[in-house]
Amino acid sequence: MSNIEERVKKIVAEQLGVKEDEVQTEASFVEDLGADSLDTVELVMALEEEFETEIPDEEAEKITTVKLAIDYINENLA
Amino acid sequence: MNGRRVVVTGLGMVSPLGLNVEDSWGNILAGKSGVAPIDKFDASAYSTRFSASVKDFDPTPYMAAKDARKMDVFVQFGMAAGIQAMEDAGFEISDEMAPRVGCAIGSGIGGIGQIEKNTKIVEDSGPRRISPFFVPGSIINMIAGNLSVKYNMQGPNLAIVTACTSGTHNIGLAARLIAQGDADAMLAGGAEMATTPVGVGGFAAARALSTRNDDPEAASRPWDKDRDGFVLGDGAGVMLLEEYEAAKTRGAEIYAELTGFGMSGDAYHMTLPPEDGRGAAAAMANALRDSGLAADQINYVNAHGTSTPAGDVAESKAVASVLGAAASDVAVSSTKSMIGHLLGAAGAVEAIFSVLALRDQVAPPTINLDNPDEGCDLNYVPHTAQERRIHSALSNSFGFGGTNGSLIFSQLG
Repeated sequence: MSNIEERVKKIVAEQLGVKEDEVQTEASFVEDLGADSLDTVELVMALEEEFETEIPDEEAEKITTVKLAIDYINENLA
Repeated sequence: MNGRRVVVTGLGMVSPLGLNVEDSWGNILAGKSGVAPIDKFDASAYSTRFSASVKDFDPTPYMAAKDARKMDVFVQFGMAAGIQAMEDAGFEISDEMAPRVGCAIGSGIGGIGQIEKNTKIVEDSGPRRISPFFVPGSIINMIAGNLSVKYNMQGPNLAIVTACTSGTHNIGLAARLIAQGDADAMLAGGAEMATTPVGVGGFAAARALSTRNDDPEAASRPWDKDRDGFVLGDGAGVMLLEEYEAAKTRGAEIYAELTGFGMSGDAYHMTLPPEDGRGAAAAMANALRDSGLAADQINYVNAHGTSTPAGDVAESKAVASVLGAAASDVAVSSTKSMIGHLLGAAGAVEAIFSVLALRDQVAPPTINLDNPDEGCDLNYVPHTAQERRIHSALSNSFGFGGTNGSLIFSQLG
């Protein structure tokens, strides 16, 4: 498991109040992890903080699963 | 009160003297002070460096940690008090009842802690760092909003904001809604958490606060010659009000009947009461008329009694003028001497103390009242609680802007 994947999952677990082992790579924030639209906004903010980056709103809207978050970080920061 | 009878069937509280009703009430009857030096922020530059803050509050018995993080602490306090009141009442809301059950819980200031925090974020890091939960976590009606979601309360959903009379107005107007048929049950009260850097600074700037930094526990001393302002406090009080017949039918334990509610406006000054206390007297007289009781049936008054030089004298005059001859026998105390001034929660917490005074037939004390000031010549229950026959209890609240409210609770007749 890559370092980025671990860090993303840790933040998702913290933000959404779920256990880290429930954060499967394919999980959808809203459908699988109980997030609402404001939770996902805050989650993206937490990712921005963790990875010291700025995710444009139009990109942020597309990040709806754990995998998409990991992929975005990998593509834009790696 | 005109219309259907309204009774109190559940109580909930978070106060500087306890995280529930019975702990708080026990400490009140024992004459304990909840005032202490401020330790939540560095208050060394402040003219007032103490408060009556809630100690060791943990929101997680009432909500998930991830939800607590999204709410200002005043919302957490209000939720906790509301949940306690629902559990105390053993009140279950069926789908059929849901449209007839509502919530009216206000605050004087609201989420000032979140406003301070996000103001700093904007200045330090820019607007993109503002939390999406800033607004829904700090606006005043979110206690009523969150509780309605939790309990499926689809009836009237309100948060009346009238400074230090907020709690009283929410309870009184909730009772009216039940009496007039808009709802069959209402959760009502107030919550506050304004002992923040800007909150304390603001009240200190208005010269409203005691500056007795060398002896905080003695700072709140209503009617005493040496009083020098109020002590800012935090907490929440919520009660469940139900229509009497419905409460009786479901076998609810009834604490008291809410028999009278009165309101008035001073039309005088932003922060000062008129010297003769006429605005306070009008609210009390309106409540008394609403209740249909005789003055001598009011045996306990939980005064607004904030420990300010002008307010305490004005309220004494008002009590004397409204109760007339009965004023010589009534017990009048200020529980603010122990828990400070909870602003928008004050009226709610004090309404609960009034209900408990009725239940236990005891008037809670006014501590720190060593030398009653000139013009303060009622029985203020100094230092020690007094057991006495209480038919009805009246609770007063007066707020900045000259907004007044009085509630009367009576033993169920």
